[in-house]
Amino acid sequence: MANSSEFPLWEVFIRSHGGLNHKHVGSLHAADAQMALEHARDVYTRRMEGVSIWVVPSTAITASDPADTDPFFEPAKDKIYRHPTFYDIPEGLKHM
Amino acid sequence: MSTQVSLEERFQARIDAEQKIEPKDWMPEAYRKTLIRQISQHAHSEVVGMLPEGNWITRAPSLRRKVALLAKIQDEAGHGLYLYSAAETLGISREELYNELLSGKAKYSSIFNYPTLTWADMGAVGWLVDGAAIMNQVALCKCSYGPYARAMVRVCKEESFHQRQGFELLLTLSKGTPEQHAMAQDAINRWWWPSMMMFGPNDSDSPHSAQSMRWKIKQKFVDMIAEQIKVLNMTLPDPDLRWNEERGHYDFGTIDWTEFNEVLKGNGPCNRERLAARRKAWEEGAWVREAAMAHAAKRQQSV
Amino acid sequence: MRDFLLLLADNTQILGHRLGEWCGHGPELEIDMAMTNLALDLIGQSRNYYQYAADLEGAGRTEDDLAYLRDAREFRNCLLVEQPNGDFAHTVARNFLFDSWHFFFLQALCQSNDDRLAAIAVKSVKEVTYHLRWSSEWVIRLGDGTEESHKRIQDAFDNLWTYRGELLAPAPYETEAANAGYGVDLHAISSRKCSTFSALTQTQSGNE
Repeated sequence: MANSSEFPLWEVFIRSHGGLNHKHVGSLHAADAQMALEHARDVYTRRMEGVSIWVVPSTAITASDPADTDPFFEPAKDKIYRHPTFYDIPEGLKHM
Repeated sequence: MSTQVSLEERFQARIDAEQKIEPKDWMPEAYRKTLIRQISQHAHSEVVGMLPEGNWITRAPSLRRKVALLAKIQDEAGHGLYLYSAAETLGISREELYNELLSGKAKYSSIFNYPTLTWADMGAVGWLVDGAAIMNQVALCKCSYGPYARAMVRVCKEESFHQRQGFELLLTLSKGTPEQHAMAQDAINRWWWPSMMMFGPNDSDSPHSAQSMRWKIKQKFVDMIAEQIKVLNMTLPDPDLRWNEERGHYDFGTIDWTEFNEVLKGNGPCNRERLAARRKAWEEGAWVREAAMAHAAKRQQSV
Repeated sequence: MRDFLLLLADNTQILGHRLGEWCGHGPELEIDMAMTNLALDLIGQSRNYYQYAADLEGAGRTEDDLAYLRDAREFRNCLLVEQPNGDFAHTVARNFLFDSWHFFFLQALCQSNDDRLAAIAVKSVKEVTYHLRWSSEWVIRLGDGTEESHKRIQDAFDNLWTYRGELLAPAPYETEAANAGYGVDLHAISSRKCSTFSALTQTQSGNE
């Protein structure tokens, strides 16, 4: 009984202006996707914060495990050749 | 055992380095419990805090005031929602949190157990109560738990109009008829000390190291209000309030904690009324939530 | 013109007032906030109409003089909007009956030959499109949801059905407004409203 009528949790992503990515802004409860979308509109765009909304059931999100932080993200650290500052070019060279 | 120690050490190192702790990160059980208690208490306060002001929606004296008040109370619902969501990331459901509130197990800010007797109270609550709350809350935007800190950033951003609308309301009354002026003064008299109590127990009685921080915030609040009240052409109900040239701050009197403790114990004027209103809303909403869930399930099946 | 404006102003003000009563007492926080948004839209609309009416008078009165200082008898609103909230189903049914009329009414009002009135309608119809969606979806949810919710929404419609006729029965100043081109021909929108309603009730029974 206790949890029978609790609305499931949804994560809300909002595009604040045309051309930008959707960004996670928070979560809310709703019975179905349509309701979640409308609740997101009523809760998270009251001050013109957005032009587009995504809602995703919280249970549908797969997140990386904090315990994996090192094997996941450390290896990128020393690949400095991926950044333009790694390469020396003559001073005064334009448009590069 | 050794992993446990290193987990704790790592956690502490991150706190010391002022890094944010996120929902899936390992955290000591005590930290989790304290957070749940603190965040949910905060959420409950927002939601219960809707009631004393809701009392005046239908009687707001102009359409402009009415939409402002509605929008402000709606913000409080939103703040409750953001905070419940933050608490939920710690592994407790909103329903469980509600149940703790409705059973009287969880606390909410005692300030909302005072009645809102006149329209001027809408001004005093906005100016003094929200004013005090904002000063307390700004610090929370930097707290160690990511979801709480992010919720508070949003809350603080939205709150900024609340205090202004309260002050503007009082200023209008102050410049109105003698009766309106008197009504505003009366509201300030009633809300001053309760809002001072929002900064927590006093100096000598409080063991916490956070206490000196609190004291500073409280002093800042007094200094701010003592100046603003001059613009309102009114007074604060504290005979000891005076500018101290030497300290560069206002001196102020001591709070009557016996009254506060009574309110805290549940003997405030509106404790029962507030909880009863929340309980009624929740219980009478049960069939609505059940219907929505049943409909969603049927639609899912038919797809 | 003044009477016609006051009708629109009073309708929206009173329904906004009723919805405002829900604030802090909704079945769930999200639904509470949704209803407050509806209330804010409606009161905003009423202010536009009152301000216009006050300007027309040219007597220095304000929106609030018109909203607050007229006697009950002088209010032009339909009886439907002033019906008490009752339970959530009652509110949903009342709003649906009003929204499904209001939406078509405003669509027609966008064609008003009065520029200011047409501008208000253009702004309002966007808000009311959302209102109609909100109440329609809740009619379906409650009708289809559980035995209890079905009974409650059915009871609500049974109780409120009698008030619907007034929406489509023009008062003399509404006929005058329609004839003069700044108002709305209620006969023209009545068929559209009816088809919306029957489509919705069919969805409801189809799902059972």
